[in-house]
Amino acid sequence: MKILVLISNVPDTTTKIRFTGDNKAFDATGVQWIINPWDELALTRAMELKEAGGVEKITVANVGTKITEPTLRKALAVGADDAIRIDAEPLDAYFVATQLAQVAKDYDLILAGIEASDYNGAGVGGMLAEILGINSVSAVSGIDLENGELKIHRDIDGGSQLLSIPTPLIAIVQKGIAIDPRIPAMRGIMMARKKPLNVVPPVDAEARTEFLSYELPAPKAACKMVDEDNAKELIRLLREEAKVL
Amino acid sequence: MSILVYTENWAGKFKKLTYEIVSFAAAIAKEMGSSVTALSIGHVADDELKTLGKYGANKVLNVKDDRFESLDNKALADAVTKAAEKEGSNVIIFAHNNEGKAIAPRVSVKLNAGMVSGVTGLPVSVDPFVVRKKVFTGKAFANIQIKTDIRVITFAQNSFEVVENPTEAAIEVFDPQIGDEEFNTVIKDTHLITGKVLLTDAEIVVSGGRGMKGPENWGGLEELGDLLGAGMACSRPVSDEGWRPKEEHVGQTGKIIAPNVYMAFGISGAIQHLGGVSSSKYIVAINKDPEAPIFEAADYGIIGDAFKVIPQLIEAVKEMKANK
Repeated sequence: MKILVLISNVPDTTTKIRFTGDNKAFDATGVQWIINPWDELALTRAMELKEAGGVEKITVANVGTKITEPTLRKALAVGADDAIRIDAEPLDAYFVATQLAQVAKDYDLILAGIEASDYNGAGVGGMLAEILGINSVSAVSGIDLENGELKIHRDIDGGSQLLSIPTPLIAIVQKGIAIDPRIPAMRGIMMARKKPLNVVPPVDAEARTEFLSYELPAPKAACKMVDEDNAKELIRLLREEAKVL
Repeated sequence: MSILVYTENWAGKFKKLTYEIVSFAAAIAKEMGSSVTALSIGHVADDELKTLGKYGANKVLNVKDDRFESLDNKALADAVTKAAEKEGSNVIIFAHNNEGKAIAPRVSVKLNAGMVSGVTGLPVSVDPFVVRKKVFTGKAFANIQIKTDIRVITFAQNSFEVVENPTEAAIEVFDPQIGDEEFNTVIKDTHLITGKVLLTDAEIVVSGGRGMKGPENWGGLEELGDLLGAGMACSRPVSDEGWRPKEEHVGQTGKIIAPNVYMAFGISGAIQHLGGVSSSKYIVAINKDPEAPIFEAADYGIIGDAFKVIPQLIEAVKEMKANK
């Protein structure tokens, strides 16, 4: 089985978010880039499956300019066998999915995180499945491989399900897929330098959406305090002031 | 032309979220001079389908086909696409939840539509079609134009006031004629936690953190939750320790919820926790530590011992219910 893990290059989740030029663009000055946390968990699970046997190869792919290469190198250091970078500015989810479609055809299982922590789009995985005309399953919280067959665990309202779905398949993964992301070891970092990172030119595609402007949220009003010994007052406030009880 | 709403039901009853989206769609339809068609897939009785009219649905397409119970993403996307084509829909709205995120992207490709997910509130404008959403996990908002003639959006729960907008909803049985070969998802086993309020659709959520000190201390919280008809939640350390089932974990890596009131007992409010609850209309924090970050996010707070506060709240809710 060959696995492709889609990698989004995102600002470190502790980044202070700023915008430039009349709030029309994200200010990337001084930003530390990381593997999108969900994609990192997907890659971790792919590694675990490979170590258990039955996975020949793990490839990671990203649509981005040269600035995403350190992030792809990190994915190689975690343990992916090779990397593909499609050399384009990622304009929107549809654009990215169209680019990925040209390199995603030869894999049995494609893993995508449920969303990227920058634009919270949750679109690329499903769009890619539709473009390729293959099965997809979302809200995946576990993947096992038994005798070459995938066992997919999916979260549903009020519980979970065990599924079987034929490959090729895109699994869009969320909480539970792996416990903690794997940190590259020194040996992995050394080996990553020699692993192939293939740069592929983009295909013609257009974005269907356009980010016009950004705003920072308005500061929140101060928390209204109620005395510990007069906690009943809280219920009165929720009922009469907030009107939610 | 119409706006198509993908509805969701829980055991045959529409979710609160579905009514919110129908209200939202009705408001957009008014601006665009369009109408609202709701698509129901599953076993929903006609009386319940009619309730969508109360919030502004002009028409309900009722798909009764057991094969969709497998929630096969591809087959569902086909069915929604067929409905959108039949209705000539130029806006298709899903909830920004597990089901919506699974289907909407596929539908957008099929309809050559641009898609924006997690839309918070009415479009900034309908021509051009510009919507607003949270980005950077709640740290900012973005205004995004969808440049295609057909638009797919997923709607972030609790970002539109449910309003009644009574119309008579015409119910029409609809068979999207999806072939068996489109259904490839096979359910081997289902594990449901029954008899509880559905956490992701609950209006009130009662949640406990490490400050509750141990699983044996949840009795008071459960009593309060029962009295309020609330969903029960917890912080990550609590689910990691096995004090509470992992299904109750809310936060960036757990469930993302947006109730009317989120009541946090003994939860310090790490940024990862707040990431899962920050869309709640009101956040209430009870914590011993006055420096706990949860107070920065909270609307109402009590600095104090949860074990002293909970019995008072139980009593107050009992009094409130007695006086109603």
